[in-house]
Amino acid sequence: MTSIAVIDYGMGNLRSVSKALEHVAPDAQVRVTSDPALVREADRVVFPGQGAMPDCMREMDARGLRPAVLEAARSKPFLGICIGLQMLFERSEEGDTPGLGIFPGQVRRFPPEAMKDALGAKLKVPHMGWNEVMQTEAHVLWRGIADANRYYFVHSFYVEAGKPELVAGYSIYGFPFTCAVAQDNIFAVQFHPEKSQSAGLALLANFVTWKP
Amino acid sequence: MSLAKRVIPCLDVTHGRVVKGVNFVGLRDAGDPVEIAHRYDDQGADELTFLDITASSDDRDMILHIIEAVAAQVFIPLTVGGGVRKVDDVRRLLNAGADKVSINTSAVQNPQLVADASGRYGAQCIVVAIDAKRVDPKGNAKRVDPQAGGEPRWEVYTHGGRNPTGLDAIEWARRMQMLGAGEILLTSMDRDGTKSGFDLALTRAVADAVDVPVIASGGVGNLEHLAAGILDGRADAVLAASIFHYGEYSVRQAKELMASRGIEVRL
Repeated sequence: MTSIAVIDYGMGNLRSVSKALEHVAPDAQVRVTSDPALVREADRVVFPGQGAMPDCMREMDARGLRPAVLEAARSKPFLGICIGLQMLFERSEEGDTPGLGIFPGQVRRFPPEAMKDALGAKLKVPHMGWNEVMQTEAHVLWRGIADANRYYFVHSFYVEAGKPELVAGYSIYGFPFTCAVAQDNIFAVQFHPEKSQSAGLALLANFVTWKP
Repeated sequence: MSLAKRVIPCLDVTHGRVVKGVNFVGLRDAGDPVEIAHRYDDQGADELTFLDITASSDDRDMILHIIEAVAAQVFIPLTVGGGVRKVDDVRRLLNAGADKVSINTSAVQNPQLVADASGRYGAQCIVVAIDAKRVDPKGNAKRVDPQAGGEPRWEVYTHGGRNPTGLDAIEWARRMQMLGAGEILLTSMDRDGTKSGFDLALTRAVADAVDVPVIASGGVGNLEHLAAGILDGRADAVLAASIFHYGEYSVRQAKELMASRGIEVRL
């Protein structure tokens, strides 16, 4: 039986993430926790995040979670979601916030001047809704999921990976942007698998059995 | 291909049941919320919106139990509104499993609530609902007649459409975006329940005025109305209740019709 820690640093609703994990892995022990010891104990770690990145970084540190997050990101299957993806990078334009720096790269705001579709119509920010995710590598977490499947997004900032080999998937909103990264035991996505119906549940099911 | 336009069934909930009224009054029972949520999820709904129209604050907690039950089984975004007065109400709804919380009357009474809730939980989870009604140049409420001459204006109403506020709907939408609304849920009170289609002039005016997504609501009677909300109203999402509740059309049929009109949807 695998144990999964969903890291809780007080930034929003983690019920959906834990319910979706329980749904795809009824035998797994899913714990929403802010206790670094429980994060260390878990076989797998999910690192979500909502709201603003400066608040997320501050609240994570206020709970003394940074060492446990860094350790998990080095050592076991690790899934970042939304701000949990952005926090893995060096720095965010949102409040000019330093991230964890696990990956080289920056987090940028969708620039107003670029937010036009092919016909010149205004694109709204936040990028909210179901967009196609193009897979750029054959990763275990994409197993059984069609290329260009739609996932649910809601965000105003996106990551610009510092090295192209990190990129596992991209979407197009005004321009192509990275929406999934992968390296060793880490997989992280900008979209919300827990809110993306069957395609999202398939990705979570792949994560709970993943042996990187 | 890029972001899909969304189709959002709306469930008005009171005393644990889904109901549907006409012009904000005259309620009919339409079923069990969890069952209906499941059905719409199976049909390909992009999100679900629950509006708690319970009059008495004593019964407010019932919506939390409903959202908990739905969120444990249905893995698409959920928006919940109705009776949200304090930042703590937002917190409780998010913790119950809502992804977004919709604020209507309280945004007018206390605009700071929108700023506070958005600052605390992020703009992505704060929807401001605007109930708007067309006014003639003299300021008298006027029913329908979108072809009337002169610049159309719309006034914001609160309390489920009972109280005029004197606020201009377009100005109000802009102000709510500035304060931290991540999305605008725009309902035409003239059209709500009439099945005569969205107020497209209103929808377009608000969609063009703000940079956040706009959900068109009020008046859908057939599937062409949904397509018109996107193509002519320039909405990012369309919301409807009765055409789905009584089995006239499925969400899938709605999206197929929209796709046939050249609209990008998730099928």
